[in-house]
Amino acid sequence: MKIGVLALQGAVAEHIRSIRQAGGEGVAIKRTDELAGIDGIIVPGGESTTIGKLMRQYGFIEALRAFAAEGKPIFGTCAGLIVLAERIEGQEDGHLQLMNMTVARNAFGRQRESFETALDVAGVEEPVRAVFIRAPLITSVGEGVEVLATYKGEIVMARQGNLLACSYHPELTDDYRMHTYFITMAEEAAAVR
Amino acid sequence: METGTSRVKRGMAEMQKGGVIMDVMSAEQAKIAEAAGATAVMALERVPSDIRAAGGVARMADPTIVEEVMKVVSIPVMAKARIGHYVEAKVLESMGVDYIDESEVLTPADEVFHIDKHNFTVPFVCGAKDLGEALRRIQEGASMLRTKGEPGTGNIVEAVRHLRLITGQIRKVQNLSKDELYHEAKTLGVPYELLAEVHEAGKLPVVNFAAGGVATPSDAALMMHLGADGVFVGSGIFKSDSPEKFARAIVEATTHYTDYELITRVSKNLGTPMKGIEISKLTAPERMQDRGL
Repeated sequence: MKIGVLALQGAVAEHIRSIRQAGGEGVAIKRTDELAGIDGIIVPGGESTTIGKLMRQYGFIEALRAFAAEGKPIFGTCAGLIVLAERIEGQEDGHLQLMNMTVARNAFGRQRESFETALDVAGVEEPVRAVFIRAPLITSVGEGVEVLATYKGEIVMARQGNLLACSYHPELTDDYRMHTYFITMAEEAAAVR
Repeated sequence: METGTSRVKRGMAEMQKGGVIMDVMSAEQAKIAEAAGATAVMALERVPSDIRAAGGVARMADPTIVEEVMKVVSIPVMAKARIGHYVEAKVLESMGVDYIDESEVLTPADEVFHIDKHNFTVPFVCGAKDLGEALRRIQEGASMLRTKGEPGTGNIVEAVRHLRLITGQIRKVQNLSKDELYHEAKTLGVPYELLAEVHEAGKLPVVNFAAGGVATPSDAALMMHLGADGVFVGSGIFKSDSPEKFARAIVEATTHYTDYELITRVSKNLGTPMKGIEISKLTAPERMQDRGL
């Protein structure tokens, strides 16, 4: 599977490395025309305001909405989760507004409150090592959204059909199970396309 | 649940990659920087070129300025402490600043020792002009590096020199045999373990940004071309004719540093960049890069 990583800003190289370790082909995507032939895309961690602004500037809002409409999967990590959400607390507009959920930015506090922990994810056997950096939270989910992980009662990972989002950074560890999970989603989507 | 781990501190810098971190002196400037697409702001009382002009002792900013900036933006806020000034750094940490720059731009508080940065939950960025300085700072606990360049000059030549030197030294270290590595560690004045890590990975163990002298979109793109992970812009934005336009253009040129048509487009009609200084005109005490070795 050819998995793109939106390369406007943020932890691009780490995702590409993890995709390769999970058996996929990782490709950095800087322009919308590079989306041709891509089976799934990751919107990485970074600064969501910067990524969102650059996505608007270079036509990625329309392009990724069309990408999702074709049934191709999108995985948002940290800033990418914010980019996928329909509603962002304290802001009038979201970015891609594809997932039926509300998110809160910097929900755990500032950098000194950033942390790592063991986290149980639905459908994954052993807990994953989850790194939360100035991380967002999913404060509520609407119809069609399945909660995959919670931390102290708060939602930190969810899936809606071909869309997957988590608050933490699977790309910062040597545990590639979340990337394997996403590559499987891309394979399943390709099979029915 | 663990806070302040090396992964959490270094990871925070990974999230800044491909981005532009801008010096700001007020809440209003911070809002302009955020709207232009900055990935973080550095809250200061004076930008480096003003520090040069003013002379005297440059210290940590008034906490009020840092707090005001923290209030108005949602992106991370960084602030500078003097080299070796443990207490200034602790003050910044207690305020909740997201990253501390132990910076040669300020007047060093200690001419020998840097801060023991392992004693902090908040991560640190430090300047380096060669591989020895870079690995010594990492040994002391820095989670992010930047070239020193020559701050406040608007002259990119020193940042280029430092980045080229570091990448050249890394290439050399990659090709050394084990017995040569022991000797090289001694020559550079760095721990063998860190040097062996660079030998293995072929890169620094933390993110390395360019800083010190970036004044135009092309300057930022040049530093990315030379292998920087991102760019700090100090005086270059708010000492230019039109800060908003410069800020936006530098962000775009950093993201698309190989797209020369785009860099051409964003460089048009920007107005005058900050006035630069020729490096050879600086006297020895005016060279900030020679502080904190």
